[in-house]
Amino acid sequence: MIGNLLANYEEAVAIILFGIGFTMVLFQRNLIRKLIGMNIMDTGVFLFLASMGYIRGRKAPIILDPSLPAESYINPVPAGLVLTGIVVSVSVTAIMLSLCVRLYRRYHTLEIDDIYRLSKHQMEDR
Amino acid sequence: MKEKFWRWLDGSREYLEDASDMDETPYREREEVKTQIRERNDSLDKRRGTRAVIRAEEKGFRLLYSWVAVISAIFLIGVLLYVVSYLPRYGQENPQTTLVARRYLEDGVRETGAINAVAGMILDYRAFDTLGESHVLFTALVCVMILLEKDRKNMRRGYEDYYRITGEGFYTPNRDGIMQAAGFVLLPSILLFGIYILLNGQNGPGGGFSGGTVLGSGLIIFTMAFGFDTVDRIASRRLLKGVTVVALGFYSFAKGYVFFTGANGLESHIPKGTPGAILSGGLILPLDIAVGLVVACTMFGFYSLFRRGSIGGKGKACSGKKAGTGAGTKAEGKDNA
Amino acid sequence: MDIIRNFPLFTIILSLFSGVLCLVLDAKAARRYTLGYEGVILCLCGAVFWYAVRTGRAVTYVCGEFPAPWGNELRFGVLEAMMACGFIAVLICCVVAGGRYILQDIDESKINLYYALINLLTAALMAIVWTNDVFTGYVFLEILTLTSCGILIVREIGRTTLAAVRYMILNLMGSGLFLLGLVLLYDVTGNLLMVPMQEEIAQLMAQPHTAMVVTMATGILTMGLAIKSGLFPFHYWMPDAYGWATPTSGAIMSSLVSKCYIFLLFKIYYRAIGIEVFARMPIRYLLLALGMCGIIFGSVSALRAENINHMAAFSSAAQIGYIYMGLGLGGESGYAAAMFHILAHAVTKSLIFLTTPRLAEASGNSLRFRALQGSALRDRGAGMFFTVGALSMIGIPVFAGFSSKLLVAMAAADTGKGALMLSVILVLAVSAVLNAQYFIRTLIRIFGDSEDTADKTAYFREDFILPMAALTGMNLALGLFSWLFTDLIRMGLGMFG
Repeated sequence: MIGNLLANYEEAVAIILFGIGFTMVLFQRNLIRKLIGMNIMDTGVFLFLASMGYIRGRKAPIILDPSLPAESYINPVPAGLVLTGIVVSVSVTAIMLSLCVRLYRRYHTLEIDDIYRLSKHQMEDR
Repeated sequence: MKEKFWRWLDGSREYLEDASDMDETPYREREEVKTQIRERNDSLDKRRGTRAVIRAEEKGFRLLYSWVAVISAIFLIGVLLYVVSYLPRYGQENPQTTLVARRYLEDGVRETGAINAVAGMILDYRAFDTLGESHVLFTALVCVMILLEKDRKNMRRGYEDYYRITGEGFYTPNRDGIMQAAGFVLLPSILLFGIYILLNGQNGPGGGFSGGTVLGSGLIIFTMAFGFDTVDRIASRRLLKGVTVVALGFYSFAKGYVFFTGANGLESHIPKGTPGAILSGGLILPLDIAVGLVVACTMFGFYSLFRRGSIGGKGKACSGKKAGTGAGTKAEGKDNA
Repeated sequence: MDIIRNFPLFTIILSLFSGVLCLVLDAKAARRYTLGYEGVILCLCGAVFWYAVRTGRAVTYVCGEFPAPWGNELRFGVLEAMMACGFIAVLICCVVAGGRYILQDIDESKINLYYALINLLTAALMAIVWTNDVFTGYVFLEILTLTSCGILIVREIGRTTLAAVRYMILNLMGSGLFLLGLVLLYDVTGNLLMVPMQEEIAQLMAQPHTAMVVTMATGILTMGLAIKSGLFPFHYWMPDAYGWATPTSGAIMSSLVSKCYIFLLFKIYYRAIGIEVFARMPIRYLLLALGMCGIIFGSVSALRAENINHMAAFSSAAQIGYIYMGLGLGGESGYAAAMFHILAHAVTKSLIFLTTPRLAEASGNSLRFRALQGSALRDRGAGMFFTVGALSMIGIPVFAGFSSKLLVAMAAADTGKGALMLSVILVLAVSAVLNAQYFIRTLIRIFGDSEDTADKTAYFREDFILPMAALTGMNLALGLFSWLFTDLIRMGLGMFG
């Protein structure tokens, strides 16, 4: 298993990044840190995709010379998937940041435990 | 100029004259809230038992929590690494089934007219995903507008997270001399670069999303240097909204037309052009332009919403004082509604 | 008649464009436009359903000129068309019935944005129901997540902002896991479309190493969607999110959004991984166990809730457990039970979430049980429809809830394993008792004595009574003609593979 992991080192690093990000989202108590964890998680997936598409010794899939065979380019599919993933990640980050702005304006803190404590005392019926 | 530079470097308050209506109230209120939290915790403690027990409990909980976090992280990473060790080798043909990628590379130029196989893939072969993707960005814009745009509800003073400072002066960036000079030099090249990326999506690295982001960053730098009132004259609220709607509507219907004709075996009458020229790749170029405009508007919209709470000038609800009247737009406490 | 084949595409494109168009309309125009075009979408879906039932075979629709492994595809059969019709019908009822609260809870300058989000949500629902491509599923899943977050925060109070943060955090973890699982599957199969992926996986399962990767990838993907739909350990965001949102949003989120995630999961199992392959995986038993835990814990939490909306939300968590239990039991009857329960719960839970605000309004705008004493007497229309929903949730015969519970029990009997059957029946019995306890307690509370029995609201408002009557009608139809719907679902499952 270790030998396989060393051969797949880039994917292994990507997975470790994903794991770190996931745990940060789950266990950090500060919203901004959670958000950073989320971005690390997404970056891990993108790195995983990019390393998956890479083939040693081949070029980017821009076909300037049509006579070259398909074996001279890397796989274009993961690149497209990464593009979609990045757009989604940007959108989500924007929404989360604006949620943070709203919460800070109301509770003057971004520690999620404090926010829970404050919100418990709020009387908002319907 | 030199003195100004040093003050700018130090970030001293004095230079930020326009921001002088950022008084201490928010900080004072924050302290008040913190005392409130403390008092509430104290009363909770009293109800539950002695303080020391609570403290120890809380400490133990924190310790347990961090250990659980570390252990679950290690477990998750371990499981995933176990999976990765059985994946195909890094740096080789991977996935081994290359039927799909092969066609994109071999026939892509002929079938889509785009030299860039990735652009051909996302805007022609798998265009349906990209149609959704550009609407993800639009959805995010709508959500951020809901959260941050000033309206009658969140401008009211009794409301808890209302906009404390309603004067536009605070939200307008101060016209920084250095920023203006830098913007004067940088802006043309940034905009040119953005347009270049936008128009060459089918021929090289680039396309709508990346080009649009560069254009949007150009708009943001322009705003930082010359202020919102200058930008509003060029890119008003109506223009930004109109461009977004027209571009996305064009995208949906153009792609819908292509899907329809393709699925029913009809001729779509869209010329593919010579691969390599600017006007090539069939619908890829117009779609890239549409996406680029949407992305630029969205990026600027995000900046504008975060900075001053409206997507563009002349918002219905945000009729604060005009920018540039200098300090003292102290609208704190004024009920706009 | 062949034009009907294009209708699924039309529904998606039209919804996307309507979402964008609502940005420039004003509040009233946006509402009118949305209702009108949702009606059109319902007609289109109905036509597709009719076409699928009549021809009796599934149709694969190529988006563009490039066929299966290269381009995107849509696909429809009886099951997809039925889901689409059900979803859109419930959505229209929610939008109409909650109209007054939309005006009340949302600032006027943002109402058009709310309808824009509703339209984009429709597009995402439609795309997930029709798609034949896993990655399209991911993209529209994200639209669904973002729009549901948007319709939650549109009511600008602190509770919804906090609920939205919790909702988003859990959903983002779910999305990350889903994307990772999808990428792992792509890495071993080299395909993103469901049919070629299934063919590859059938070959990969022959070797132990690749079979392990496929199993793990499926597990990760399942975990992602389970988090998003609120399976047992991840259901704690539900009460805040459903309880404090504006009624339309709460109803849509509880009855449509989480069900749509489950439908996508089911679709991936059935079409991308292959149902025989899935049936051999151990994930099935995990889903079964978590589903059972969800039923018990959700019901217990519902019993302890002090707020009627929180109770309804926890009961949603329990109902999600039923669906996962159906998936875990396996076999055609198990899947049919799960699909039937998706529809039954969508019809029932929206009824409850749309009536509770009226009850609260008649009792000083409070959703607490203490305040709700006798509220059904003050607002008889709402009380009547709430009773229908509650009886259906308890599982009284004639209503939809009874049929779906019966189907789950029959699916358990079909497995032929004694211990499994016994435990499922036991869980069903316990949950029936708990369900009855908290809903009957609520009914006694709202019909109970109180000093104030004067009628507070004009309950014969057509914008409330009509959609509620429609939902009740659907509920009764699902309950009385459950054999018909089960036959249709079985027919759809036959076309699904």
